[in-house]
Amino acid sequence: MEGKIRVLVAKPGLDGHDRGAKVVARALRDAGFEVVYTGLHQTPDQIAEAVIQEDVDVVGLSILSGAHNTLVPRVIELVKKKGGRQDLLYLVGGIVPREDVDYLRAAGVSEVFGPGTPTEDIVAYIRQHAKG
Amino acid sequence: MDVPSWVERLARGDKAALARAITLVENRAPGARELVRQAFLRGGSSLVVGLTGPPGVGKSTLASGLARAFLGRGRRVGVLAVDPTSPFSGGAILGDRIRMQEAAGEPGVFIRSLATRGHAGGLCRAIGDSIRLLEAAGFDPILVETVGAGQGEVEVMRYADTVLVLLMPGLGDDIQAIKAGILEIGDVFVVNKADLPGADRMVRTLELLLELKPLPPGTWRPPVLAVVARDMVGVEELTQAILDHAGHLKGSGGWEARRAAQAEAELGDALQEQLLGAVVGRAKEAGEWGRAAARIRERQSDPYTEAWALVERFGPGLSAPHAPED
Repeated sequence: MEGKIRVLVAKPGLDGHDRGAKVVARALRDAGFEVVYTGLHQTPDQIAEAVIQEDVDVVGLSILSGAHNTLVPRVIELVKKKGGRQDLLYLVGGIVPREDVDYLRAAGVSEVFGPGTPTEDIVAYIRQHAKG
Repeated sequence: MDVPSWVERLARGDKAALARAITLVENRAPGARELVRQAFLRGGSSLVVGLTGPPGVGKSTLASGLARAFLGRGRRVGVLAVDPTSPFSGGAILGDRIRMQEAAGEPGVFIRSLATRGHAGGLCRAIGDSIRLLEAAGFDPILVETVGAGQGEVEVMRYADTVLVLLMPGLGDDIQAIKAGILEIGDVFVVNKADLPGADRMVRTLELLLELKPLPPGTWRPPVLAVVARDMVGVEELTQAILDHAGHLKGSGGWEARRAAQAEAELGDALQEQLLGAVVGRAKEAGEWGRAAARIRERQSDPYTEAWALVERFGPGLSAPHAPED
């Protein structure tokens, strides 16, 4: 086997800022991962379909709109419903208040990366935890 | 791996199983070989449409539009979109889905992004097997989008029954167009972004160039279509042209001829991959690989002599297919 770690980077919801997502996508590419980037304004259903069809190991959701408590659990639930893998690593990037982090973890998110996180930290986290 | 149950899941059109199977093929997982074999034996009937052309010409947008058009004709459409792997990091940004949002949400469409992983020619090593898996899952047609291709990346003609070559206004003069390469492999030419200035001239220039080529009677003459893929302008006509070409192939014996050429090419690839993997594997096990490389490095011998010596020593008596390795 010569597996490569595949990562989906998606922007759910309505906010129109994907600079952060692009910076992360590029850093992940430079770390040797295959990054599927799906662009702005994705619905949870579109993201879940992409997770399934692209058979990624890691799902990175970038949200700046504040709607994370609704959107993120919905994506995770839809992936399960569509028969997705059990061993997926869900990561969230963006502005998430501390009190929401536990809620997202309980919903199945492995880690939340706030503004200013060095991309090296994200790469290292994925290397350590993703099942390639 | 329980192959019969995988075959059954594929036949049901199970997208999660299909996606996983493509990953196994990409990663050369040993268990995938039997699954691909089963898919191969049942396959061969789906129309494979290749889309190639320079970066930014609109291949992904057009693939999405074509997927919707075929969907409208009651077909289930598979899309394989290839993007380049970085030669430096081994990573890749696979961004073709961005332009396929409208098709991506459809239950009858399956889209998979693939990285070249060092393979030259505009596609990836797993493309043939991935096409087979999509066929086994009932997708027809299968649209294969190459990396942004300039002049030499013509491998798509090996896998596609119908090759679409995409161009757009402002790409260069007509000498660019008569250089060897992708203009020779088109079955249908698409001038995309035809709402931009210069589109009419581009269509006429291409038509002229294509008419210059002497063709025996009964030969398919590639049409040139003006399209605005983003707005679905001309996509229905293009869909019809693709089906016309497929019909022409089937009526003229061209279908069988293409499939026969594909079979030979794939046999050559499989032989090379398996033989190379097996010989290299055995030579490394015996420690001879490093010694041969050292002799070449010291200029005591040359690569051709050493390579043939390895074939003579490790080739005979090869047994079961080794899992191929790089």
